[in-house]
Amino acid sequence: MNWRRFRAVLAARNREFLRDRAALGWNIAFPVLIVAGFAFAFSGKPSLQFKVGVYAAQPEQALAERRASDPFFRSENLQFIPVRDLAHAMTKVERHQLDMLFDLDRRRYWINRESPRGYVLERVLYGSEAKARGEAAGDFRRETVSGREIRYVDWLIPGVLAMNMMFSALFGVGYVLVRYRKNGVLKRLRATPLSAFEFLAAQVVSRLWLILAITVAVYFGADLFIDFSMFGSYALLLLVFALGAFSLISLGLLVAARIASEELAGGLLNLISWPMMFLSGVWFSLEGSHPWVQNLALIFPLTHIIDAARAVMIDGAGLWQIAPQLTVLGLSSLLFLGLGAALFRWK
Amino acid sequence: MPPVLEARALKKAFAGVQAVDGVGFSLQEGRCFGLLGPNGAGKTTTLEMLEGLVRPDAGEILFRGRPADAAFREQVGIMFQSTALQDYLSVREALTMFASFYARSVPIDRLAEDCALSEFLDRDSNKLSGGQRQRLLLAIALVNDPQVVFLDEPTTGLDPQARRNLWSLVKRIREQGKSVLLTTHYMEEAYTLCDAIAIMDHGRIIARGSPRELLAEHFDEVVLQLPVSDIPGDPLALPMPLDVHDGVVQILSHDVNTTVRQLLDAGASLAALQIRPRSLEELFLALTGEGLRA
Repeated sequence: MNWRRFRAVLAARNREFLRDRAALGWNIAFPVLIVAGFAFAFSGKPSLQFKVGVYAAQPEQALAERRASDPFFRSENLQFIPVRDLAHAMTKVERHQLDMLFDLDRRRYWINRESPRGYVLERVLYGSEAKARGEAAGDFRRETVSGREIRYVDWLIPGVLAMNMMFSALFGVGYVLVRYRKNGVLKRLRATPLSAFEFLAAQVVSRLWLILAITVAVYFGADLFIDFSMFGSYALLLLVFALGAFSLISLGLLVAARIASEELAGGLLNLISWPMMFLSGVWFSLEGSHPWVQNLALIFPLTHIIDAARAVMIDGAGLWQIAPQLTVLGLSSLLFLGLGAALFRWK
Repeated sequence: MPPVLEARALKKAFAGVQAVDGVGFSLQEGRCFGLLGPNGAGKTTTLEMLEGLVRPDAGEILFRGRPADAAFREQVGIMFQSTALQDYLSVREALTMFASFYARSVPIDRLAEDCALSEFLDRDSNKLSGGQRQRLLLAIALVNDPQVVFLDEPTTGLDPQARRNLWSLVKRIREQGKSVLLTTHYMEEAYTLCDAIAIMDHGRIIARGSPRELLAEHFDEVVLQLPVSDIPGDPLALPMPLDVHDGVVQILSHDVNTTVRQLLDAGASLAALQIRPRSLEELFLALTGEGLRA
């Protein structure tokens, strides 16, 4: 590895990207437009249906018994959802995904202090203005949690950032290499002492920092007008994105290792990127989908990037909680990069 | 002293087609050797084997008497027939990038001056004219101050002025003591630049020598041309072999005095008579049986 040669190719690739104003503008505008579009589309009036979680050792049975004796549990427009995992349900109250939560066994309930809907439900429960806040309501003890609402757009942001990264990595490396091969740039470079490793390393590093810079810019740009949630560590999120981008760039190198036709490369890259976009949970959660779809999604690096990014941003996950995803991304990077470099041809 | 570069019995086949079939020649220090031939004759494949880009099926390539090794890359400069540079690089940036690939390089400003690029140093390298672009590719080939320079059809597609311009640059390269190996299908280019040429067809060398030697060896007649209207009566009645083409009578003669006398006897006007030696173009046609093959 000769650093002078590596730096020369790196500088040329960076200039090529940064001076192509149209491509640069599009790389930044595309994710912002998507996020803005979805923020607008999902900013409608909140539903009048209230969601109330009901926890007990036997929630269905306990709820049925309670309904018979307590008119609150027969109120219209209240949806009572049996809950088995109390901690998980409390997180949902924090996120405004549940408006209220009862523990029937221990006679407690939770609302979110920052949720007007929780307040309204509490009033309904109290039955009258006379009972002040903090006093016992019937035989229940009041508990509160606090936490911001998780909107669809909060859930969408990590997916859109990762998806943009995927397109930039696959097409920005794969397609460019094929173009270089076809128009003779590779032939010209090959006739110098520059090694294939120096050349490929420069392509990877150039695209990696460009992707990270753009992702950071888009992240904070979108945050200005959407103000989405971030419960975890920024350093950890950057690590997820860096490792994810590295894996996707390596995949781009692998696809472009030998192809000399831009049409074929474009087709192959689309064949990879479109299923990856739809099956890795960018737009909707795969939780309810068929198991084979969920298993298939696990072969895509994008799935692991999005899972890890959502865990960090929405659940505030720590390093050890996303270690499985990071491991998959690291191993897939090594696999793609190793294969891509071994198969690479200048011609 | 061994030649700078020597090819011995090179062979290369692509998908069953024998592109190069036993080609051998040597390039002497400070000389210019030209490979001529119609399209598809195997010139570029031969050149690419010597450049180390294509591995020969058989044969040997010697650089200063020894097999070419990795260090060979540092000693040669290549101007390809069709290559591109990365987009959005200025001429200076492109030259600087290539210069940093080599252990030794020529200062960019001097190189630009040598290749008449000084005015364009800050221009986008993809926005140059055809001639400027070829001069940039030539400058890139010279960026490491190479001992051997490969030029693959350096003036194809250029207008006559840009072509002459490039020829003068190539002559200057030779004056600096560098050895040049070039392919072309312009006979005038070979005649102007090369000390020795080899004519290739169907992957083999079919004639070799200096341009003058080759002409003398294959042609001992001169060409006389005059308008058909200057000859009274049927030109085919004249006592000599001739062609009539586009209103011009063309006569090949071993003895100009006799031919001129015969024309005067037939009452022809010699006011528009032209006499010229046979050209490399004609030699090429005579040897390969055709012109530029598609």
